[in-house]
Amino acid sequence: MATGGQRISRVAGAPLPMRGNDIDTDRIIPARFLRSIRFEGLEAHVFEDDRKALAEAGTPHPFDQPQYQGAAILLANANFGCGSSREHAPQALQRWGIQACVAESFSEIFLGNSTALGLPCATATPEAIAQLLHAAETEPATAMTLDLEALTVRAGDCVVEVATAPAVREALLSGTWDATGLLLDEFDDVRAVAARLPYVTGF
Amino acid sequence: MSRTLLQKVWDAHGVRTLSTGQTQLFIGLHLVHEVTSPQAFAMLRDRGWQVQFPERTFATVDHIIPTLDQARPFADTLAEEMMSALERNAKEFGVPLWDLSSPRQGIVHVIGPELGLTQPGLTIACGDSHTSTHGAFGAVAFGIGTSQVRDVLASQCLAIDRLKVRRIDVSGSLTRGVYAKDVILEIIRRLGVKGGVGFAYEYGGAVLDGMTMDERMTVCNMSIEGGARVGYVNPDQTTFDYLEGRPFAPAGETFGRAKTWWASMASDADAEYDDRVEIDGAALAPVVTWGTNPGQSVQVDERIPAPGDVETNDRPAVTEALEFMGFEGGAPIAGTKIDVAFIGSCTNSRLTDLREAAQVVAAQRISPHVTGLVVPGSKAVAAAAEQEGLDEVFRSAGFEWRGAGCSMCLAMNPDKLEGRQVCASSSNRNFKGRQGSPTGRTLLMSPAMVAAAALAGEVADVRELAPAGSVGVG
Ligand code: SF4
Repeated sequence: MATGGQRISRVAGAPLPMRGNDIDTDRIIPARFLRSIRFEGLEAHVFEDDRKALAEAGTPHPFDQPQYQGAAILLANANFGCGSSREHAPQALQRWGIQACVAESFSEIFLGNSTALGLPCATATPEAIAQLLHAAETEPATAMTLDLEALTVRAGDCVVEVATAPAVREALLSGTWDATGLLLDEFDDVRAVAARLPYVTGF
Repeated sequence: MSRTLLQKVWDAHGVRTLSTGQTQLFIGLHLVHEVTSPQAFAMLRDRGWQVQFPERTFATVDHIIPTLDQARPFADTLAEEMMSALERNAKEFGVPLWDLSSPRQGIVHVIGPELGLTQPGLTIACGDSHTSTHGAFGAVAFGIGTSQVRDVLASQCLAIDRLKVRRIDVSGSLTRGVYAKDVILEIIRRLGVKGGVGFAYEYGGAVLDGMTMDERMTVCNMSIEGGARVGYVNPDQTTFDYLEGRPFAPAGETFGRAKTWWASMASDADAEYDDRVEIDGAALAPVVTWGTNPGQSVQVDERIPAPGDVETNDRPAVTEALEFMGFEGGAPIAGTKIDVAFIGSCTNSRLTDLREAAQVVAAQRISPHVTGLVVPGSKAVAAAAEQEGLDEVFRSAGFEWRGAGCSMCLAMNPDKLEGRQVCASSSNRNFKGRQGSPTGRTLLMSPAMVAAAALAGEVADVRELAPAGSVGVG
C-alpha cells in the first residue's frame, strides 16, 4: 500500500515571528470558522480575531505586516498550539503559506496534527528562539532554512540547533507522515490484536 | 513485572512498532462528531477506503446544534450542511448515528460513558481534545485531529508515541463547597498549562477513591488543559457499579468476567511512575480563573495576581491577560461582576453537576442583570433532571433550561457571549474568544460556584452563600 507523502528534509523561506507563550488553537482559528465540511478557505481567517483587535489598536499583527507576507517559517515561544484538537489550526497556517514551525515547545496534539499534514514542527531552546525572533524582526527579508537532517535552523550567518521527536523526524524524512498507509500495511496483525482483546471477543 | 494501567493497555493494544518508532495502537472505541469528521470521511471516499470496524465506531451531534430551536433545517445553513454531511457519511459507511431525533443524543463525552460504551482497559479516540474525560473509567483516551480520525476510520489504529505517567495523589477529603472541578483547576494551577506535555496523568488518592464517576469525569476532562493528552483513574467498584445495566455494557455472566478483566487492568500497587505529585485535598478551596488560560486562577478568597507577584518569565502573560480581562492586579476575585452564568459542557453537565447547582439555587432568584443558562450534557441527563424537577428549580430561579449540546462552551452554535460580557462558566476553557465574542471574558469555576455567582450577580464564595449541610462535598 502506498504511503502517500513526499520526503521533507528541509524547508527554506522567510520567517514570521509570533511572540508569546500558550498561543491556543482558538486564537489560531476561531471556532466559528470550523462550521464547514471543508478545509479550503481557512487561510483567510488565520488569527482573525487577534488580527482585528491589533489592527484596531494600530499595531498590525505579524500576519498583517507587509514584511512577513509570503513567509514560510513560523517562529513561536512555548506551548504553541495548545487547546483544542482542531486540525483546522495547522491546516489554516499551512494553507496561508507556513511550511514549518519552530518554537520552544508545542502542544502534543498540534504537533501530531501538523506532522500528519507534512508540516514540520521543531523545537529549540528559549535562547535560540530569542535569537531567531530577533533576526526575523530585524532582517525579515533574510530567509531561514530548517534542515531536518542536520537538525539546525540557519538564519544568515547564525545557525541554531533544533530538535524534533525522533518519530516525527523519521516520518518527515521518509515521507511516511501520512500514517494511514503505514497503518494499513499489515492488517492481519491488526485483526490478530483485535481477536485477542476480551472486549472484542465478548469476554 | 509490575505495570501501570497505561502500560497494560499499551501492551494489550500494540500492533507493532512502526518504522518511525511510534507504536501502532489498536483503538477499541472511536467516537465521532460533526465538526472534525467530514474531511476525514471525504478523504476515505477519495482513497476508496472503508471504515474497518464500523461496529466500534459511534457518532453523535453536539458542537453545532442549536439548544433552543432544533427544527430542521437549522437556521444556520453552515450548521445544517455539517449535520447533513454527518448523516450522509454515517449512512454510507455504516456508522450508527444518534442525531437529534434519538433519545441517546448528547455531548460525545457525556453519552459514551452514559451508554456504557466507555469501559476500563479500552483505548478510545475521538476528534476532540476532551476525550481525556473517558479516562475516568480506566480507559486510555486520546483527543485526535482530523487526519487521525481518518487513520482510525480506515485502520482502527493510531500511530502514536508512548506517554510517561505522572501519578497525582489527592489525599484526605474535600471540605464543604469544594468540588471535583476545584481539584482539577488546582492541579492545573500548580503544575501549569504545559506541565503535563508528554505525560498521562494518573489520578488517585482518597479524594479520587471517594468520588462518583461523574466527578472523576470532571477531573479527567480537564487533563488536556494541563497539557496532558491522557488522564485516567484506575477502575474500582465505583466504576463497575456505574457500568452495570448500561445499554452497551456486558450483561449477566459476561459482566462478571468483564469485571475480572477490568480489575486486572488497574495499575499494580508497586507500579513505578515517571513522576509523582501529592496534593492535600483538605486544604483545597473553590477555585476561579481570572485570566485567559485555565492555569491563571486563584482561590475564591484570594486576590488576582499583579505582574510583580509572579516570576519574570510569566510577567508578560499576566500583564496581557489582566489587560484583556480588564482586571486590576491585586484586586479580590470575589465581587467581580458577571453578566452571564453558564452551567453546561462536557466538564460539568451531568446529573450530579446539575443537582449541586440546583441545591445552591434552591428557591432563590438569580440577579436581575444576569442571563442564566443551564444546558444538560445529553438528552438522558435532561430527562433524568426533569424527572427530579431540577428544570423547575432552575426555571423558577430565572435560568433558561435548554436542549442538550455544547452550547456556550465554544462559539459554533447560536449560544454566544456578546461584546465584553463576563461569564461565570462551568466549562473548561477561558481562552480569548472561546465563548463567541472576541472580547468576551470567561471565569471558570464549579457549577455550584456558577450558581452562587448567578444569585449574587458577582463572583461569590459558595461556602458562605449556602446554608451548612446543603452543599455536597467533592
Ligand atoms: S462541551 Fe465544549 S469542550 Fe466539551 S466537547 Fe463540546 S465544545 Fe468541546
